[in-house]
Amino acid sequence: MKPPPFEYHDPGSVGEAIALVGRYGGEARLLAGGQSLVPLLNFRLANPAALIDLNRIGELSYIREQDGQVRIGAMTRQRAIECSTIVQQRIPLLAEATRMVGHLPTRTRGTIGGSIAHADPAAEYPCVVRALGGTMVVRSAGGERGIDAAQFFQGFMSTAIGAGEMLDEVRLPVAERGAGWAFEEFSLRRGDFALAGIAAMVVADDERCISARIAACAVGEIPLRLEQVESILRESALSVRTVDEAAKCAAEQVRPEGDIHATADYRRHLVRVLVRRAVTRAAERSRAIGR
Amino acid sequence: MAQPRKVRLTINGSVREASVEPRRLLVDFIREELGLTGTHIGCEHGICGACTVLFNGEAVRSCLMFAVQANGAEVTTVEGLAQGNELHPLQQAFWENHALQCGFCTPGMLIAACDLLRANPSPTEEEIRDGLAAVLCRCTGYQGIVEAVKAAAGKLRS
Repeated sequence: MKPPPFEYHDPGSVGEAIALVGRYGGEARLLAGGQSLVPLLNFRLANPAALIDLNRIGELSYIREQDGQVRIGAMTRQRAIECSTIVQQRIPLLAEATRMVGHLPTRTRGTIGGSIAHADPAAEYPCVVRALGGTMVVRSAGGERGIDAAQFFQGFMSTAIGAGEMLDEVRLPVAERGAGWAFEEFSLRRGDFALAGIAAMVVADDERCISARIAACAVGEIPLRLEQVESILRESALSVRTVDEAAKCAAEQVRPEGDIHATADYRRHLVRVLVRRAVTRAAERSRAIGR
Repeated sequence: MAQPRKVRLTINGSVREASVEPRRLLVDFIREELGLTGTHIGCEHGICGACTVLFNGEAVRSCLMFAVQANGAEVTTVEGLAQGNELHPLQQAFWENHALQCGFCTPGMLIAACDLLRANPSPTEEEIRDGLAAVLCRCTGYQGIVEAVKAAAGKLRS
């Protein structure tokens, strides 16, 4: 058999799951959709004492709008997010990014919480969460706390989820009125890991850019919010020259590493191209909504 | 070693029950315990898509699930597509459009295409290519496969 042996638990509630997390200390892994963890098990790169399978916990799967936010349960499938009218209408950037998460058969199982807790630097969801300033709600036996996206991603596949805690819910602010969006990424084959990706949300009228939120994935250990790029765009007329200046700045800000798929320089080049495309498309959408 | 657990599922319409170790992958369970070898194993880490099956009606990679997770589920494999001697319209279209050469990816292609056409009965060529990007074929160059799915979509709609 490919995976190493492990104890298996499939709790029916979050309370039971948290009790198990506490019982195993750091020795157990939570199994969400399994689209990243099971390959690691099959390769025996992960060797947990136990798997705590969250798939029977129905209470972790929901999408609802509340207090200007969309709240998504950690075990909500990517496919459910892709098809959700709330997501399409209230956080369209997330809907667009979801279509680039793996493939249809992996989105059937894959979950938003699993992707964010796994924190692969090339993943789309952490990048969207970072761009929009989302909040991750984690729960433990002692209660719950919210962690801002700026503090949540701490290093390569490493997050602020503490011992005895589990990710419970992801909260994303509803897109502001008139905001345009775009998620642009480049991968060698459709559905592969991105070599670089850019999430953009822009509010613009015919004269100027009112606000911009830009984040990058696959070009650093964690998803990066590109605040300097945002400030170049803000209040500008979004001329071709300004957008290119912002794109150039983005390429300087990111910290890609080279690997067998692409050199660091090539990834920087991609960032420049993708920022230009994403900002242009998001701004066009914003202007079209405003008209 | 973890204690074996009982799994009871409906596969291609018949109820089967077995006792499995929790680390048993669904694809190995389907092939070895249930004897349904139509589902193929390629990469075993979720890249190639040869092991795609329908899980409660939706396409999943069966190498990325454990058999214990299929308890109570309805699973359809390539063996469940034909009705007796009559091929499923997708299978017929694959035959007519030369959509396979070695046939290794075909079970995964057929199942992925089933889910694609269920969700979107009239896909554009780009949507077909996007939907089938989840399954790798190393022989056909995909053209015949895309043609077959187009043809089957027409037949399934009528």
